[in-house]
Amino acid sequence: MRIALFSTCIVDGMYPKVAKATVDILERLGHEVVYPQGQTCCSQMHVNSGYFDDAYPIVKNHVESFEEWDFDVAVAPSGSCVASLGHQQPMIAERKGDDDLARRANQLASRTFELSELLIDVLGITNAAEQLDSYFPEHVTYHSSCHGMRLLGLGTRQSDLVRTVEGIQYTQVEGLDQCCGFGGTFSFKNADTSGAMVEDKVANIEKTGASVCTGGDVSCLMNIGGALSRKNSDVQTIHFAEILASTKENPLKVNGPVSLTGGSK
Amino acid sequence: MSVTQLGMPQVRHGVGNIFETEPFPKYAERELKNEQLRANLGFATHKIRDKRAAVTGELPDWQDLRTAGSMIKQKVMANLDTYLEEFERNFTARGGHVHWARDAHEANEIALKLIQAEGVDEIIKIKSMATAESGLNEYLEENGINAIETDLAEEIVQLGDNDRPSHILVPAIHRNRTEIRDIFRKKIEGVDPNLSDDPAELAEASRFRLREKFLSTKVAVSGVNFGIAETGTMTIVESEGNGRMCLTLPETLITFMGIEKILPTVEDYEVFLQLLPRSSTGERMNPYTSTWTGVTPGDGPQNLHVILMDNGRTAALADEVGRQALHCIRCSACMNVCPVYERAGGHAYGSTYPGPIGAILSPQLGGIENEFNSTLPYASSLCGACYDACPVKINIPEVLVHLRGKDIDAKKAKKKQIPTQMDGLMFGAKKLFSSGKLMALAEKGLPMSKLVTGKDHKISKLPGLVGGWTDYRDIPEPPAQSFRNWYKKERPSETKRVAGERVDIDALIAQNKNKVAEAHAAAEVAATDKPAPKTEETK
Repeated sequence: MRIALFSTCIVDGMYPKVAKATVDILERLGHEVVYPQGQTCCSQMHVNSGYFDDAYPIVKNHVESFEEWDFDVAVAPSGSCVASLGHQQPMIAERKGDDDLARRANQLASRTFELSELLIDVLGITNAAEQLDSYFPEHVTYHSSCHGMRLLGLGTRQSDLVRTVEGIQYTQVEGLDQCCGFGGTFSFKNADTSGAMVEDKVANIEKTGASVCTGGDVSCLMNIGGALSRKNSDVQTIHFAEILASTKENPLKVNGPVSLTGGSK
Repeated sequence: MSVTQLGMPQVRHGVGNIFETEPFPKYAERELKNEQLRANLGFATHKIRDKRAAVTGELPDWQDLRTAGSMIKQKVMANLDTYLEEFERNFTARGGHVHWARDAHEANEIALKLIQAEGVDEIIKIKSMATAESGLNEYLEENGINAIETDLAEEIVQLGDNDRPSHILVPAIHRNRTEIRDIFRKKIEGVDPNLSDDPAELAEASRFRLREKFLSTKVAVSGVNFGIAETGTMTIVESEGNGRMCLTLPETLITFMGIEKILPTVEDYEVFLQLLPRSSTGERMNPYTSTWTGVTPGDGPQNLHVILMDNGRTAALADEVGRQALHCIRCSACMNVCPVYERAGGHAYGSTYPGPIGAILSPQLGGIENEFNSTLPYASSLCGACYDACPVKINIPEVLVHLRGKDIDAKKAKKKQIPTQMDGLMFGAKKLFSSGKLMALAEKGLPMSKLVTGKDHKISKLPGLVGGWTDYRDIPEPPAQSFRNWYKKERPSETKRVAGERVDIDALIAQNKNKVAEAHAAAEVAATDKPAPKTEETK
């Protein structure tokens, strides 16, 4: 299968290792991965901040840059950005009177999947240890990001894949369905409320005794990881794609708060 | 009227207690420091949250009920003019009097005249959001009339010094039992000075004060949960029975009703009687449900009035996306599940309507152009818990984002507006995000970020607007190379176009429909295995 990767702007610029892990997993399964170089961002930051006019050229760029390529399906290692494609891009186009772009945005959104959704629903993966050789002998907990959970209805897909990784010890966090407080520009526009939310989230994560908190959106993980780092916690945040990509031959190294840095693998 | 109006009608926003009193972030910052408030709210919201989840989860048709509720409300909004006139005809035919109020001031004036006509200087009240919105109690007080709240929680708020409700259903949610005991000891005449904080004793103290009022007061003011157009029937659901006293004992009953409270038929009412108690108190059914249809000689109030209040509702109705806020049945499920409300509390929203619903209702009733109301749509992380909980499926996150758009448009439309830091940030990001080539070029500068990161590879202090982030968290040091630039170097010649048939993704998904359950089953099995011991190489 020819799979187009939508890296998302934050993974591209801050967490390239998450995109690399995504490529690793898909190629391990024998698929061809392509990366449309014209892509940038889904436009969610602008939309959620109310800058609808400014979001329009970003939506247009996203749709056009993927249309230049032939592929069977597109994937992103983010629930939030994938949700934005279907839920927000058509609205932004329609608002500008560009019904054609709205139609094309919808079409692209229907072919773009969040990583766990692609792996399970499209590629039929049900066991990471057996089918992906995933190996990660660490104590892990998981944050269920809101947009993947509520807008895409991912359910337990991400944590199910994580739990089938060889060697993993999994403990569910208290208040799993509670927002971490990120909310995009909410995190600095309403910094105190957001800070109170992430404080509670981090306290629950530490209660699990896990050394790693994983999840499907680096934006939430950056928020949680940043708060953990601020209190000098040993717990670190790692995107689940990196855990799935980790194998016995090429294991993901976990060394204190290093994963906070976005540097390459 | 014989004159046909052309063009858009003038939008008339509401007045009264529907405004934030300072920017939300500023109010919230202060409230967040109140440890007692945080504890009271956390305890109470989680308790109601769990009860609601249990009684909605047990109904196999809960989602269908939500859909039915949503559709009935859509029908009402699409035909509001017709239903209101039908309601007026039927209410009048059964001996009631209908008064129309364009805003809260008019509604208060009408109520005052009706009360003065009865020659009384004291009235009793059943808990009502509409009269809180209009500021009726304060208005009556200015005009020499004492309004006594008979709902236990409203009574606590009224007796508390300079207090005001912070929740739709549980107005005194910010108070705990000990605080309530102290208020009662101080404010209820003749109360036992050794009154304990036992709920039964507190309720008895309140009962002692109110019983005499119920039996001696001639005029009552109420709100209403639903007004049924086909019969002119009014209805109130409550827990304590104090409302029932107000609705049945006085000679005159004056009801405030927001014009959106209409239901077309008695059959529609059935849906909402299932939705409301389960969503609000987390009960299968509330203890007291009162319905009244017109005047019955010798039984109950002989003078029935209803004041139909607009107060910005027509303005909200004019907004195709925003109008769903008018579907609200004031159950408060959204605030009970909201992580922002749970921490900042209801007062931080300024308006009578707190929480997620308040954040979309207040700016529509009072206008997004209002300086402080314009901060309300941003008081959300857009987590979506409110949408899931709403019994009539109001897509609150959608409306929040829509109103943010209206706010930015309104601010841009103002001439000579100096661009904000946020405007600058968004403008720069727009330029960057409109072209992959530009992104690639900009990302070449990523190694420069080393200049601002500390020895520990993190950024702990940012300036200006984004400084709010580093007040609570660090930022990782950016990577030396972006994914895009790494990929281009690794794979310089990818082909855009390839010949051949594309895979049928929908067919694959249909074929894999059991895989979600299989993956979950595999995860459950894996969880029962012993975790592998950690090895030195991986640690």
